[in-house]
Amino acid sequence: MDVQSWTYLIVGITFMIYMGIALWARAGSTKEFYVAGGGVSPLANGMATAADWMSAASFISMAGLISFMGYDGAVYLMGWTGGYVLLALLLAPYLRKFGKFTVPDFIGDRYYSQAARTVAVICALVVSFTYVAGQMRGVGVVFSRFLEVNINTGVMIGMGLVFFYAVLGGMKGITYTQVAQYCILIFAFMVPAIFISIQLTGNAIPQLGFGSTITGSETYLLDKLDGLSTELGFAEYTSGTKSMIDVFAITAALMVGTAGLPHVIVRFFTVPKVKDARLSAGYALLFIAILYTTAPAISAFARTNLIETVSNKPYDSMPEWFSKWETTGLIGFEDKNQDGKIQYVAEASLNELSIDRDIMVLANPEIANLPNWVIALVAAGGLAAALSTAAGLLLVISASVSHDLLKKQLMPNISEKGELFAARISAAFAVAVAGYFGINPPGFVAAVVALAFGLAAASFFPAIIMGIFYKRMNREGAIAGMVAGLLTMLFYMLKFKFNLFGETTAADWWLGISPEGFGTVAMMVNVVASILVCHMTPAPPSEVQDMVEDIRYPRGAGAAQMH
Amino acid sequence: MDTSTQKVKNSDQKEEKSSLKKYWSTNLKILAFLLLIWFTVSYGFGILLVEPLNSIKLGGFKLGFWFAQQGSIYVFVVLIFAYVWRMNRLDKEHDVDEK
Repeated sequence: MDVQSWTYLIVGITFMIYMGIALWARAGSTKEFYVAGGGVSPLANGMATAADWMSAASFISMAGLISFMGYDGAVYLMGWTGGYVLLALLLAPYLRKFGKFTVPDFIGDRYYSQAARTVAVICALVVSFTYVAGQMRGVGVVFSRFLEVNINTGVMIGMGLVFFYAVLGGMKGITYTQVAQYCILIFAFMVPAIFISIQLTGNAIPQLGFGSTITGSETYLLDKLDGLSTELGFAEYTSGTKSMIDVFAITAALMVGTAGLPHVIVRFFTVPKVKDARLSAGYALLFIAILYTTAPAISAFARTNLIETVSNKPYDSMPEWFSKWETTGLIGFEDKNQDGKIQYVAEASLNELSIDRDIMVLANPEIANLPNWVIALVAAGGLAAALSTAAGLLLVISASVSHDLLKKQLMPNISEKGELFAARISAAFAVAVAGYFGINPPGFVAAVVALAFGLAAASFFPAIIMGIFYKRMNREGAIAGMVAGLLTMLFYMLKFKFNLFGETTAADWWLGISPEGFGTVAMMVNVVASILVCHMTPAPPSEVQDMVEDIRYPRGAGAAQMH
Repeated sequence: MDTSTQKVKNSDQKEEKSSLKKYWSTNLKILAFLLLIWFTVSYGFGILLVEPLNSIKLGGFKLGFWFAQQGSIYVFVVLIFAYVWRMNRLDKEHDVDEK
């Protein structure tokens, strides 16, 4: 069977699974819609969190990025996993004990203020919308490449599917769909990685193959890659090029941002007990780590394969995949010195090869000559990754609108049925907006997705942490902190990422910290502003202090969850 | 309520309060300890000390590079499970676990 038929078959089967689960797990109440009824087992919640978390970017782009960044890729690897330690230790158990439906719910109640709730809703919407736009685009790209439909059609198919299980099933539908999506995406990621690891190093475990010798020689893979890279004028693969302070700042921003992303936090509301929240964070990271420790191995394999295949080889001798990707525009060759060979070097004026980083995962199975069904599997995996994240984000958006804006502020007397209906309408509306951005992507989507972490780090994270660990923190302090952090981050982004106040270069960065890493600084601004303002204003009321006291002890979480 | 039962109740409450206080301070100590390890393997070994550690080799890996791209992730996973285990025990010791 050819790749096309395999793709239709495998993608078709996975979609039928998702639809079946959505029908089976329809939400009947707001509690089921927002937190899946609160009865998800820690293991299932761990898988769902992993799928929720690992987006199209983790599945398709990350290994490719690391492949070209070498050591510097550590910012993503450590940043996007280290945040789970913060989540598990500092957030998940306490938020679960608090036991409401959304993050703005916590902020609003802890800081006894509708203004704080509104600020939190705005932050949640900004972070979720920027993030979801990128996901829908990802869905479109994967569809167009593997089903050979136009990108817009791809986005529409994705919208229809997400609409079906997010609007109908709410959190309950999403949770069990995400469990299925995790299984599909991890299988799809591991199969080619294992094949390639065996081919290159003879070791079936990519994590170990990565540090092994190349089959039939005494040379370690990484030593060879370092040699090849420096020979061609690139930085040594295992050293990278970013400054230490920037690597430090980006890693910290990604870690804290991960811990502050509302669609991840809300997953810890869905388990029955506080100890389940702790445990499910552990499972989530375990399931994520399977992919995240494989990715750097794939990066090194792909980079070695690529250099060996193309460097200084005649253009005519390129394998079939090369021309196939050339037609998509993702690989480009320009014979500058007219010698018919491909010069792939760091020096821009001599380099003749351009490569889109995304193909490192997508083309990997073809480069390694794997069977057609594996290629189809990778397509299904990419779709699973993008759709699961999109669904999680859409739910945050819908809950922010129907629960935090309507129920808690504008229409407090709304009936359970009315709120559920409003939640479905806002989910449907969010799908439409996300689809619109998928079809008409604002040019800055890719840049903004990375910055969504900075925004989450600068706004939510300190307010939640201090809400739990610092009893004295009050309404005024938290609002001042969130506003100050958010504005600082936005200003830096607009100045150095979008050049709104005149052209800037990396040399202008404050302290040498890139916009991607600036979330760390903005977070500190948030903390300082919070503490200063907090001490100039009255302490929080005693019932709030009692509430903070109460969330520190696990017992009684079941009761706290009911309204 | 006569004064003696009132007294018993008061001292019970006091005891409970000090037990809860102890629970929270032990919890904070556990957090500080685990976060110290978290910081050391990632920011310490993976970033700040990456150069000196790279002169040590672990099979085909330079040690600093390995911590940055693999090792710290393994440690993170272990840290969370250690936390779960330790906190479940602490909850029981102070009788605040969920029934």
